[in-house]
Amino acid sequence: MRIKPRIVDVFVRISLNLQAFFTVGILAVIVAIIFIKGSPYINLEFIISSPQDMGRHGGIFSTIVGTILLVLLSIFLATPLGVGTAIFLTEYTKESVFTKVIRFGVESLAGIPSILFGLFGFIFFVTKLKMGWSLLAGVLTTTIMILPTIIRTSEEAIKAVPRSLRIVSYSLSATKWETVKKVVLPSAAPGILTGVMLSVGRAVGETAAIIFTMGSSLRMPLSLMDSGRTMAVHFYILAREGISMENAYATALILVLSILSINILAYYIMNRVISKFS
Amino acid sequence: MKAKITVKDLEVFFDKNQVLRGINLSINKNMITGIMGPAGSGKSTFISILNKMLEFEDNVTIKGNVYIDGVDIINSDVDQVELRRKVGTVFAVPIPLPRSVFENIAYGPRLKGIKDRDELFTIVKESLEKAFLWDEMKDRLNTSALKLSGGQQQRLCLARTLALKPEIILLDEPCSGLDPISTAKIEDALSDLKKEYTIILVSNNTKQIARITDYSAFFYMGNLIEYGPTEKVFTYPANKKTEDYISGKFG
Amino acid sequence: MKEYFVKYMLMAFALSSLFFLFLIFIFILFEGLPLFHKAGLKHIILGSKWAPTKGSFGIFPMIISSFLVTFGALIIGGPMGLSCAIYLSEYSGKRMKMFLKPALELLAGIPSVVYGFLGVVYIVPLVRDYFGGPGFSLLSTSLILGVMILPTVISISFDALMSVPKTYREGSLAMGATKWQTIYKVVVPSAKSGILASFILGMGRAIGETMAVIMVAGNALRTPLSILDPLRTLTSNIALELAYASGDHRLGLFSTGVVLLIIIMILNYIANFGIKKGS
Ligand SMILES: Nc1ncnc2c1ncn2[C@@H]1O[C@H](COP(=O)(O)OP(=O)(O)O)[C@@H](O)[C@H]1O
Ligand SMILES: [Mg+2]
Repeated sequence: MRIKPRIVDVFVRISLNLQAFFTVGILAVIVAIIFIKGSPYINLEFIISSPQDMGRHGGIFSTIVGTILLVLLSIFLATPLGVGTAIFLTEYTKESVFTKVIRFGVESLAGIPSILFGLFGFIFFVTKLKMGWSLLAGVLTTTIMILPTIIRTSEEAIKAVPRSLRIVSYSLSATKWETVKKVVLPSAAPGILTGVMLSVGRAVGETAAIIFTMGSSLRMPLSLMDSGRTMAVHFYILAREGISMENAYATALILVLSILSINILAYYIMNRVISKFS
Repeated sequence: MKAKITVKDLEVFFDKNQVLRGINLSINKNMITGIMGPAGSGKSTFISILNKMLEFEDNVTIKGNVYIDGVDIINSDVDQVELRRKVGTVFAVPIPLPRSVFENIAYGPRLKGIKDRDELFTIVKESLEKAFLWDEMKDRLNTSALKLSGGQQQRLCLARTLALKPEIILLDEPCSGLDPISTAKIEDALSDLKKEYTIILVSNNTKQIARITDYSAFFYMGNLIEYGPTEKVFTYPANKKTEDYISGKFG
Repeated sequence: MKEYFVKYMLMAFALSSLFFLFLIFIFILFEGLPLFHKAGLKHIILGSKWAPTKGSFGIFPMIISSFLVTFGALIIGGPMGLSCAIYLSEYSGKRMKMFLKPALELLAGIPSVVYGFLGVVYIVPLVRDYFGGPGFSLLSTSLILGVMILPTVISISFDALMSVPKTYREGSLAMGATKWQTIYKVVVPSAKSGILASFILGMGRAIGETMAVIMVAGNALRTPLSILDPLRTLTSNIALELAYASGDHRLGLFSTGVVLLIIIMILNYIANFGIKKGS
């Protein structure tokens, strides 16, 4: 018997609907579990005291500091490099073999999994350049890892700036760099910021690339050459070695909440930009 | 009377497509020179040569000579920044930069290195006055230029160009998107400005050309068909095409 | 003068990405290739015994395992992701899209360690209790990875579906086709290459995933014979042993990295090539 196309249509509509909400449901469930299991153990003490006894007791303060240092320094290096690359690709060249090669490099870098960044950082920064497990080695590895995201989002943001603004700027006697600095970058800034924040989110949640470069010392990193531990690495060790389920959930909650809020803010900024241009 | 701009055998190609064909003319100081002609006849191309803005287009070839104050800007190595300070442009659609009224006008002077707030203020005020916009803007200097009406925006663009202290002002159909009242304000401003500047006004509104220009040129399919004192062009056109155009038979 | 300086500085910035890529290749290959020479390509790629401190560097089971979890992830995440993308582009209203799309993209922000942890705590026992075996298994890993590749599959398929011109849909609807017939016969085929690319990029994501896999795969050094067997992937092999390996053992991990790098580059190349053919 042939089923009527109309009935199929209704059936498909309902099942796709369920499918989409099921997927969002996964996100909701993940966040809910982490929240329910983690929130009882979170208090000010947990945040401002450093881990003791491998993290079995105490809080996560030194790992928060480690995360912030790693992320800020990486962003500090990757942003000029990434935005500069995007400016070069969009403003200073016409599409050519040369730009294709650079784009190929960026795309390839974007596809490399974190563990290979970890492997590379371990052999190059930690071993060959003798940095040891250190904040510096972690920062340099993370910088390379987040660079493609910053380049891509900056390029999109710069391309969205209307050509007419550039023409006006030139006609008012600005040079190319003056135009980039005074007209293009300010207009593209929110889009660039979105990319930077998405990269922050990625770096905060990263483990594989960081554990083999920055190491996992629980002491507070006080110099670039000190090893240190980020929240994500701390959570991984707590969970994998079964050190403390309570502290693992609590760490996961802080980790997930910070990443989600960074990402939500990023999407918020992006949406405002989209509605501004359309 | 001394020519400010002299154009000799000017030809322009986009790829293989020739859009200006052997243009010869001289443009006088302290006058408004009108350029009219149907869409696609090469008017915009012509004026964008005068401040080297055409070079932003791909695949363009320029032949011939264009002298400004005796210097051939096509064949000699002129400084584009200097040239664009000397030859200012107002585009058809007002394009304010996304910043305040004050900063829009101060954009050019700041690039010149002027930082002093009082000096900038003087320039902004003068420029706005010349563009007949000061009264409306004097209390709104810090509002975003994007919030102004279309007519105000276009006068702002004129003021912004004047702030460069140019000698020549190019206007490419500056009133095409404006209502009659805004248009009249711009025309008044231009008639006032010609005492100090050399003005070239592109317009496909023949009445406007007749109203405010001293000399006028008629472009048609890349050719300069007719050029002379506006009164003569409009009363005794030498060419049948010109007559048809100004009487509204095509265009 | 300043303009030139800026231009060349920006050019140097742009070249830095290429330079980093080059460095990564050089250093991973430099460390990884000597062992291929010493132990033999065949011994490493096809050998089934990994005992690096005793001179056995076979990673065949890991290669197989990496592909198995990747296909497992694709079987789970592919159809699910595509359905979501179709729902988003064809069925959902504007406001629904404004809510769903960011929500789905947030899934990408959840760190892999969190996925792995929840996998250990919830999925592994579930698999053990309902299907048997140790729970740490190909099945658990595929489930976790299937969810992890969803954001990639959804966002790239969605873009591909959205770029199908409206006129195609209108033409088909005008001929009397129902909405689903239109999607099935016109829209999806037109977006085929983009959808394919999204699957391949999703595979790239899955095959490169490390921390989540370590936690739920069981890391056994055997080729899995059923979906309930534990396994060890190329990525886990590196991450499990890198911290303490030395000498030939460490070189063996870099050889594992070389194999992974080559697989990833091939997948990326196919995906980018696929997208270009589509647009
Ligand atoms: N960037 C360009 N590339 C190719 N052709 C162009 C370009 N700009 C203008 N043209 C062509 O040159 C001719 C003259 O254009 P334009 O100077 O803009 O005419 P007008 O301003 O009189 O309407 C037209 O045929 C137009 O299509
Ligand atoms: Mg024009």
